[in-house]
Amino acid sequence: MASVWVFVEEDNGAPSTIGLELLTKAREMGDVTVVYLGEGGDAAFARLGEHGASRVVHLDSGDALPAAPVAAALADLAGESGPELIMFGQAYTDRDVAGRLAVRLGRSLLSNASDVALDGDGVVTTHEIFGGTQLAKASVAGPGPHLVIVRPKSFPVEASGGGAPEVSVVELPDAGAAAATITARHAEEREGPQLGEAAVIVSGGRGLGAAESYELVETLAKKLRAATGATRAIVDAGWVPYAKQVGQTGKTVKPDVYIAAGISGAMQHLVGMKDSKTIIAINKDADAPIFGIADLGVVGDVHNVLPKLIEALESR
Amino acid sequence: MQVVVCVKQIPDPAGPQALDPETHFLVRPTEQVLDDTDRYGVEMGLQIAQKHGGSVTLVSMGPAGSMQGIRQALAMGADKAVIIDDGDLKGSDALTTARVLAAAISRQAFDLVIAGTESTDGYSGVLPQMLAELLDAPALTYATSVEAGDGAITIHRQTAAGYDVVEASLPAVVAVTAGVVEPRYPTFKGIMDAKKKDVETLSASDLGIDTALDQRVDSVEAAPPREAGAKIEDDGEAHLRIIELLEQRKVI
Repeated sequence: MASVWVFVEEDNGAPSTIGLELLTKAREMGDVTVVYLGEGGDAAFARLGEHGASRVVHLDSGDALPAAPVAAALADLAGESGPELIMFGQAYTDRDVAGRLAVRLGRSLLSNASDVALDGDGVVTTHEIFGGTQLAKASVAGPGPHLVIVRPKSFPVEASGGGAPEVSVVELPDAGAAAATITARHAEEREGPQLGEAAVIVSGGRGLGAAESYELVETLAKKLRAATGATRAIVDAGWVPYAKQVGQTGKTVKPDVYIAAGISGAMQHLVGMKDSKTIIAINKDADAPIFGIADLGVVGDVHNVLPKLIEALESR
Repeated sequence: MQVVVCVKQIPDPAGPQALDPETHFLVRPTEQVLDDTDRYGVEMGLQIAQKHGGSVTLVSMGPAGSMQGIRQALAMGADKAVIIDDGDLKGSDALTTARVLAAAISRQAFDLVIAGTESTDGYSGVLPQMLAELLDAPALTYATSVEAGDGAITIHRQTAAGYDVVEASLPAVVAVTAGVVEPRYPTFKGIMDAKKKDVETLSASDLGIDTALDQRVDSVEAAPPREAGAKIEDDGEAHLRIIELLEQRKVI
């Protein structure tokens, strides 16, 4: 049986959602060891066991920026026990650790995968390219450990009913010249539903015309108890923070309903939202690519349509 | 302060993108543009060099072509550029790219290496971290603000919850997010000066890098298409159709 390692970062005292998504896939492929980064605890470890982890290697980086010491420790561990595959999520710290580990192990790193399979000694991954219009299969041949970074929402979170895993603690080394320290942590106020979990999302793009018009998106979202999102274009323009960005370089979302307001549908955006169950698009340009995937496309100005929609919802 | 900014020339994202049917590598026209996300790194580098004195060197890997993209970054004010252009590097993965860039950067002393968080055409999103590991330096990633000077650097690092304040000693690698600074537009003088600036071209063997490809793209096929539904012109009543659909989907 293949040995598969999954890197899971703690989020609010529990295993991150993307970590649990990876476990659903990992346990199909082999015996699963979770490399868990965070404070840890019996409840968190039990959760990992329920999702298929038979072993947990617990690392706690405290106030050190984790990637450098974690990659150094993982390189040593992987050298000793030689897993066939190490999986990471397409998430901030995961990417940092994976990149450094690839250098340490001298291994090619496959990122942005939407699926992964072991094939003999090698690994094969699937990648959605050109806005998800095409699927590329990539591979790295030869013996592992193979390193793969998987996009969020590629696999469902499903418990398998496993028992408590065997937990071992690994002390992290001093990162030396590569060390960095976290001196403060700021949580932005989380108001309303979050992008990753919301059943309904309202997103805005360039078609809003100006930063002030994003208020229309926020007002509509409030009426629908929806999360708010944005395209890269308006994030780059500084209208809304990066945390709102949906797309290749932002978040991947699959809500029941996605309302795209003033979004033309650049490939970079489509890949992050095309798997929404229902897509409603409002855009002035009748030829905008977003209409190619919308269940309901309204060719019109968001400045006319959104206020009327908000008003109609208010009067209900 | 010696600042290095990693930049990339990419096919104009507004135009059609294609893969070579044989190799599955991205087709790169002679005329490539500066990756828009790199403008933030260049601007950050210029601001830091201006404040503390020093120079900004661009480092780039890929087909030089007409060098339009490199000239764009030079026109913003960068002092010089090093471009590693070698046919054998076609289809290189992030690790090989990082090795090439690290070798080019290590040829001279540096205090700060700045890169974007991910390129627009390849978006592997792991290159700055690899560079940092190769250079034995901290990787200050997803930076939404940067303060550098006096042998130290402090950034705000984007997190899922908000942001962390992260400190490290120089030399360091910083990966900036778009919006970290407001990139300047090149002036006419900047554009003229850029034509005279020093651009050095290197090959992989100049840097002693093995160009073997570990990662291959084996096949590319069309994804199952998503069927589009109704498309209507807004006649002033389109919002009612939206309400109807939201009701059907039990959102309201």
